[in-house]
Amino acid sequence: MTTKRDIRFGYALLGGSLGLFATTGTAAAAEQITFVSQGGAYQQAQTVAILDPSAKKLGITINQDSIPDAWPAIKTQVGSGKPIWDVVDTPTGNCLRGGEQGLIEKLDFSKIPNGAAMPESYRSPYSVSYEFYSSVLAYSQKTFPKDAPNSWADFWDVKKFPGRRALRNHPFATLEAALMADGVAPDKLYPLDVDRAFKKLEEIKPNITVWWTSGAQSAQLLNDGEVDMEMAWNGRVSAVAKEGAKVAFTYNQGVLQSTSLCILKGAPNLETAVKFLNEAVDPVHQANLPLHIDYGPGNPKAFETNVIKPERAAQLPSEPANAAKQALMSYAWWSSPAGEAAEKRWASFMQK
Amino acid sequence: MTTSMPDPSQKHQRREHALMLALVSPALLVILALIVLPVGWLAWQSIYHDGFTLENYRRVFTEDIYWRSFALTFEISLAVTAIALLLGYPVAYLANSVPKGWSILILSLVVLPFWTSVLVRAYAWLALLQRTGVINQFLRYLDVTSEPLALVHNTFGTVVATVHILLPFMVLPLYATMQKIPSDLMQAGASLGASPSLTFVRVFLPLSLPGVLAGCTMVFVLCLGFYITPELLGGGRTVMVSMLVSRNVELYNQFGAASAVAVVLLLSVLAIFFAVSRFISLDRILGQK
Repeated sequence: MTTKRDIRFGYALLGGSLGLFATTGTAAAAEQITFVSQGGAYQQAQTVAILDPSAKKLGITINQDSIPDAWPAIKTQVGSGKPIWDVVDTPTGNCLRGGEQGLIEKLDFSKIPNGAAMPESYRSPYSVSYEFYSSVLAYSQKTFPKDAPNSWADFWDVKKFPGRRALRNHPFATLEAALMADGVAPDKLYPLDVDRAFKKLEEIKPNITVWWTSGAQSAQLLNDGEVDMEMAWNGRVSAVAKEGAKVAFTYNQGVLQSTSLCILKGAPNLETAVKFLNEAVDPVHQANLPLHIDYGPGNPKAFETNVIKPERAAQLPSEPANAAKQALMSYAWWSSPAGEAAEKRWASFMQK
Repeated sequence: MTTSMPDPSQKHQRREHALMLALVSPALLVILALIVLPVGWLAWQSIYHDGFTLENYRRVFTEDIYWRSFALTFEISLAVTAIALLLGYPVAYLANSVPKGWSILILSLVVLPFWTSVLVRAYAWLALLQRTGVINQFLRYLDVTSEPLALVHNTFGTVVATVHILLPFMVLPLYATMQKIPSDLMQAGASLGASPSLTFVRVFLPLSLPGVLAGCTMVFVLCLGFYITPELLGGGRTVMVSMLVSRNVELYNQFGAASAVAVVLLLSVLAIFFAVSRFISLDRILGQK
């Protein structure tokens, strides 16, 4: 199974590079776009599940690029007046912010039927959700063989659940968790009560051993038993668990986050880019993604395709029953002035 | 040796200067293109964003997170420099006083860590220092501690790993300076009846001071700009200036906000170099007396 996939992936790479040679040799023969994601195992999974099938179906060439943080590049490319990228897969907030600042094309959903069919909270005038991950409460099963912490209130309860804790060194999802610990319901979070959230965070701050900055770091902390519980991304926790570490997580009160697809303003292949965007969120392609990596499809219709087996679906962050237990992050709020002010306040909170 | 030699002709000297200039110009061009221009462009961005603005600098000088970060960065750099000097001086002294083969061995051991990446070394320290790490497990095995010590994810861990990375920058200039101290001077001191420790304090130590100053400057200045080590080993609380620079790019979405922080750091480094250069020339004057 894996070898077959690897060979296919190899051919895809070969095909991609040959295609690149062909197009640099002659003037662009077939339609093509440049697609940008975040690299690594995640981009490989997409290549197999979404990019290659889409390219085949549309008869186009998809040139790939990857960058960990696309935002500065979006700014400079569009700012220069001659962007080279067409479609980017980036945290949804970037698409919204970019849309407001004139860096991202407004989408015509009449040309994107697959996107138009998605629930409104899964798209914006500038973007469609592409995949979901979740900031969840993860814990060591060695420390908590039973009666594990199951909510952010538990995480905050250092008496009932003694142990070392870690949170992400970033306000995204952390402020949401603080509010849920303070009793706010997951679906009543926005607009965030920032003062209340920081006040609640001050409470737990002395008990936080590490404020992690990268996903790899959060995985290492849990894997090495450096902390007993932490907020982490679901894919990181399940990867550590797969390697045999005694760790687990709960989707209860998780914060559902997404990356979205959006198109750069003045993209060189705008029309093809729109066609690709529609194809990329096709329910079947989307359903293929979680077969290759621990992320949930951006299009909820993927769960109705029968491609994802029920036991697999139950592990995914955006599976409807799991999604119902979680808070859906409002990127609109985070890219609003109040959200940006909260982000700036984080730095002084950390250094106090 | 004081008989006056005929001065080389001025023409010859001028030709030599021209040749030197021709030889260094590629390097100068590279520095201009890769350092001076980008740094200048960034500095420009810090004061110009849709018109002249001092907003970025106002923020750096009025918001207390910047003060805290600068203070912490200088504290850490001073601590690292002091520890590196205490550890590095004996090593350099030993390398200088043993036979050549041994000194090569010692110096290679000092330089060896250079060949591993900073990232790998940071993770190695994590494996040593963390709660379930080698050191804590050993201490518990010996029953010295009942609870694991917090050796990492704080300023302590950052300082330890930074000292390790910067130690060669202390040892090498010290060794180079010590090599130039004639051993006859020590013998002269001994023949005049001074004890070894007195000769060291009165003769060797003062003569090695230029090396001390060079090593300390190198370590201090390099430490001011450290990024990966505090990011990985500081536990999120040890926010050094370089981390503020990168965070400002994310927060304000423009390079100006970040480059203002970098410009202030650069100016402090230049000020330190200026101060030290005055010291060194002072030292020379004293030495010539």
